[in-house]
Amino acid sequence: MLLIHCPHCREDREEEEFSYSGEAHIVRPVEPEALSDKEWGDYLFFRKNPRGIHHEMWYHGIGCRRYFYATRNTLSYEILETYMVGEKPQVIAAIDVAIDAHRDTPRGTL
Amino acid sequence: MKKYSGFSLLKNALSYHENWQKIWRSPKPKADYDVIIVGGGGHGLATAYYLAKVHGITNVAVIEKGYLGGGNTARNTTIIRSNYLWDEAAQLYDLSLKLWEGLSQELNYNVMFSQRGVLNLGHNLQDMRDIERRVNANRLNGIDGEVVTPERIKEIAPLINISRDCRYPILGASWQPRGGTARHDAVAWGYARGADALGVDLIQETEVTGIRRKNGVVVGVETTKGFIGARKVACVTAGNSGVVAAMAGLRLPVESRPLQALVSEPVKPCLDTVVMSNAVHGYISQSDKGDLVVGAGVDGYNGYGQRGSMHVIEHTLQAICELFPAFSRVRMNRQWGGVVDTTPDACPIISKTSVQGLYFNCGWGTGGFKATPGSGYVFADTVANDHPHPLAEAFDLERFNTGALIDEHGAAGVAH
Repeated sequence: MLLIHCPHCREDREEEEFSYSGEAHIVRPVEPEALSDKEWGDYLFFRKNPRGIHHEMWYHGIGCRRYFYATRNTLSYEILETYMVGEKPQVIAAIDVAIDAHRDTPRGTL
Repeated sequence: MKKYSGFSLLKNALSYHENWQKIWRSPKPKADYDVIIVGGGGHGLATAYYLAKVHGITNVAVIEKGYLGGGNTARNTTIIRSNYLWDEAAQLYDLSLKLWEGLSQELNYNVMFSQRGVLNLGHNLQDMRDIERRVNANRLNGIDGEVVTPERIKEIAPLINISRDCRYPILGASWQPRGGTARHDAVAWGYARGADALGVDLIQETEVTGIRRKNGVVVGVETTKGFIGARKVACVTAGNSGVVAAMAGLRLPVESRPLQALVSEPVKPCLDTVVMSNAVHGYISQSDKGDLVVGAGVDGYNGYGQRGSMHVIEHTLQAICELFPAFSRVRMNRQWGGVVDTTPDACPIISKTSVQGLYFNCGWGTGGFKATPGSGYVFADTVANDHPHPLAEAFDLERFNTGALIDEHGAAGVAH
């Protein structure tokens, strides 16, 4: 059972109060109709899915009912930080840098 | 390879079973192969076997970081069925089921395939509508199946609770008599033995750490035992597919999550079929050894830790106890978590990639075991011909850009 610190409530609460909303910092394209199928599919479905440090979005459904971001290690499950939507993470993994360098289509910046 | 038979059993008994041939060799990797398969689980070994057997490509290595069949192949609930809704998925899984039906003879290795039937329960009106639709779709595809009443379910699995006085009463089920279970380890071992006998090198305890490319073409893999050259690299790494893809600078529409299974202490025979329920989320069968084999759900978030959340098990066991009140006193013995690669449409990816000579077979999510033979068969064909097998065409990576998804969440997404 994870204990997750909700930055809105400023409390450590049990995992079951939260639901997971996937990879964080995915910016919705400003003009979806201007994208190619490749770019749109990339935005909708393709993910980093790292083994290690991951920036992700969580929803405190049985609590303040607000979204926030977390930096979590997907192997050890350690939560390194939680932070507000709009803020930047303090911890950034090497894989993020590596994958961003390979990325074919820009998808907003971290 | 010496054939297993009653005669060989008798012959080896005379020397106290001390002179059996080793089931496979443990060769040193060669400098260069035609095809390298990354991942020595069931699907990878099946791919190697069919590459050698059907396509005559025997200069093949399977590279496995642990031991053969030691990952999800060794820790799943062994359920086999093909009652999928959409034509593309139904045909792929039914090819698999047909291969299962002759697999022990084909491999000369007893995979203990038991066609004990699979029940998928419905607990509300919408479940029943979906079940009728799915069974009709199956029958149009030539796949056996029928919609059965609670009374018939009670005949098939007498311990089940069909009372209307419970939170989620059973209203009916789909019944696929050709479905069943098999011995998971035996499948990996059988394919490994078969592939080895045809000349495939099975290289264990060697981790692939990089995929070397030259001008967009694969030239080999970096491993913990040095560089190994290859004209084609086929990745079959389940939960770690995203990690392997990143080695080639690719991303996949895949998210990895732990899926749990658990077994009870052995009890006398009491359940001779497979019972699954999507709505309350539990699935259960009894192994030949007597343990109740229970499948739980995936964790709610991405994870590579081969363990799962306790509340997921709790939820599943609540469902099992409601379906089978008699099992409430059974003690659970062991629990595993395996990392599964889930896709947005709950269907696999069997595909070429933008890197020439690099292929992926992944995204089987929570239900890859049943597909082991078919997956290997169509993937071997795809790799050998550098062109998708007709049954694999719809499972191309491209579908996530064209939008031609095969939405199997109804038949596959939850319970497998």
